[in-house]
Amino acid sequence: MYKYDAIDQQLVNERVAQYRDQTNRYLAGELSEEEFRPLRLQNGLYIQRQAPMLRIAVPYGMLSSKQLRKLGAIAKRFDKGYGHFSTRQNLQLNWPKLEDVPEILAELATVEMHAIQTSGNCIRNITTDQFAGVAPDEVIDPRAMAEVMRQWSTFHPEFALLPRKFKIAVSGTEQDRAIVQAHDIGMEFYQDAKGQTAIKVWVGGGLGRTPILGTVIREHLEWQHALTYCEAIIRVYNLHGRRDNAYKARIKILVKALGIEEFKQQVEAEWLHLKDNPNTITQAELARVGQHFEAMPYENLPAHDASFDSAIASNPAFAAWVKRCVHAHKQAGYRAITLSLKPHGHAPGDITSEQMAVVADLADAYSFGELRASHEQNLILADVKLSDLFPLWEKARAAGLATPNIGLLTDIICCPGGDFCSLANAKSIPIAEAIQMQFDNLDYLHDIGDLELNISGCMNACGHHHVGHIGILGVDKDGSEWYQVTIGGKQGNDASIGSVIGPSFSAEEMPGVVQRLIEVYIQERTAEERFIDTVRRIGVPPFKAHVYASKETSNV
Amino acid sequence: MSNLIKDNAIVADEWTRVTPPVLGEETVRKQAGKVVLFKLTGEETFTAEQIAATQIPEGKVLVPFTVWQANKDKLASRVAQGEVGLLIATHEAIEDVMAEVKDINAFALVAVYVERFADGRIFSIGNLLRTRYGFKNELRAIGDVLRDQLFFLKRSGFNSYLIRADRNAQEALHSLKDFSEPYQGAVDIAQPAWRRTNR
Repeated sequence: MYKYDAIDQQLVNERVAQYRDQTNRYLAGELSEEEFRPLRLQNGLYIQRQAPMLRIAVPYGMLSSKQLRKLGAIAKRFDKGYGHFSTRQNLQLNWPKLEDVPEILAELATVEMHAIQTSGNCIRNITTDQFAGVAPDEVIDPRAMAEVMRQWSTFHPEFALLPRKFKIAVSGTEQDRAIVQAHDIGMEFYQDAKGQTAIKVWVGGGLGRTPILGTVIREHLEWQHALTYCEAIIRVYNLHGRRDNAYKARIKILVKALGIEEFKQQVEAEWLHLKDNPNTITQAELARVGQHFEAMPYENLPAHDASFDSAIASNPAFAAWVKRCVHAHKQAGYRAITLSLKPHGHAPGDITSEQMAVVADLADAYSFGELRASHEQNLILADVKLSDLFPLWEKARAAGLATPNIGLLTDIICCPGGDFCSLANAKSIPIAEAIQMQFDNLDYLHDIGDLELNISGCMNACGHHHVGHIGILGVDKDGSEWYQVTIGGKQGNDASIGSVIGPSFSAEEMPGVVQRLIEVYIQERTAEERFIDTVRRIGVPPFKAHVYASKETSNV
Repeated sequence: MSNLIKDNAIVADEWTRVTPPVLGEETVRKQAGKVVLFKLTGEETFTAEQIAATQIPEGKVLVPFTVWQANKDKLASRVAQGEVGLLIATHEAIEDVMAEVKDINAFALVAVYVERFADGRIFSIGNLLRTRYGFKNELRAIGDVLRDQLFFLKRSGFNSYLIRADRNAQEALHSLKDFSEPYQGAVDIAQPAWRRTNR
């Protein structure tokens, strides 16, 4: 993974000093609440219900074991001994003190980490596929470009105060796993007819209050121009995006208002001026960054391992874990594995300091000392030998990190919700926990099969509910918490936004509602169909009918 | 004590800002957008009556774009003598301003007014004035200008900053040096870090 040089290190050190000074000025009353707000937000610090929340950047989800140990130590010293992985592949601390944040940043800087631009109206952490560099369907490893873009976007002077937050995702696989279509800018790397790396650029996607999938603004962009083309897009947005209404300030609203053709014309006109400026990426610079992401020193291994095969045959629990949590790898004899942060009955994405230490040890022992966070809020060890899978599983299981539910109904994406977040309309964690307990039977869970259930506590959609096969949105009705249900959302190449099935439900009703959606699926599915396929084939009405029929019966 | 920073030092402000008078009740009018809906962001613009009633004093004057536009001929000789600065607000489309201005370098000073510090349009406008329109003279940020924006303003082509009256300009000077080696190329340092040094 990328290692800081003197310039990177100096920049984060200077950031610590700058933010320490800003905090001191705020505490001394020299900065008003309103003036300090964008400063602390651009450093990932929110003022929440109970305490501030600090969001620490994990660039494109990559972490070293050393960094994870440090995060665990920080959570222990400055927080309550746990952290929360977010859907932007970042780590959030729910209970730090505002006065401690400069010291936390100083600690982070010692392991080449920071909290720069993890919130606020600026370019946020750039996200990508958690299997970057190891996925068999990968065409281009997007991490070198993601790092080049991270550096370019860090303290970009022209785009420091945009109309609203700005999210970029990059992906270089056949099957999109980075939801590029749900981002302000999505970049899909591919090989063009000449064998050169090219980029398909999507713009104007986003979830939130107005969920819209992105539109292709350019089918073919040479990779050298990735930064200048982004500059053109973001300049048009910075100058013309709405600033009078935060709910209408995202780039997607501007793209809709202008129409993609007009927007594209403005961007292309701007780009004529910016193209080939010094931010144009050279082969040498891409290679310099790319050397940090070269393939690991893999052993030459056979495609099969006898000890692994016999462990599967003799141990059903291990076999179940392998089925859900072990993923194909480019390199023969290796696998990527997901450590589930979704044990049933716990807040999705949460991890204790002790667990962080265990994962760091596992990464050191079995995966070249590196790991990744996924936007589904789990952790990935990307380079594990087949023969190491069984001992790894035993240790992960002992630490509560081996729930065999990846991609299943209980692998719920969930925002912190009303328990922590001051934006939330409703709690989301208790809903996730209740649904997990409703489907605690593993055999039943495996029989239901692939299903993505996403929960957001408000329409800001941090829990990506719009693209969940089942999406749950917390809404406020006359001061009480209700939940609106959508089905048919999907991430990936054939992404879609879910449809609302009808009037919202109380918290107590939610496990039953999900149960009834599953009943319809089980009854209607063909042998090969996943839940999402059945929804797409038969549509919303049968699901709606069954859910509300039983609701009426129960109300009588 | 002056609150004006120019080229990394505090200097006296020689310019008088011209502000159209407030007339009667009708002082606020939404910008009549010749463009489209999203340009209507509610900024205050001057009415024709206000512009007509504006008094322009002697000496070096900083004149709002619309006032200059209405008095173009009258002001031409003073522009030539270097006594007129052009004041552009962030909501005024820079391409429309530049369509009216034949030679931007005829103005000794261009100032960009930002009503709220969070309005980042000022950065793009500064960048465009320097890189697209070739403005070479003093480029000043005025309005809600606070020290934590200075580094970005400098990188976007500004070289003078009128710090908001209730803030200490002396202390604000420090923020011009917040970071020593920025990553990306911008107006002040055109080359990105990896082109400047052997990384």
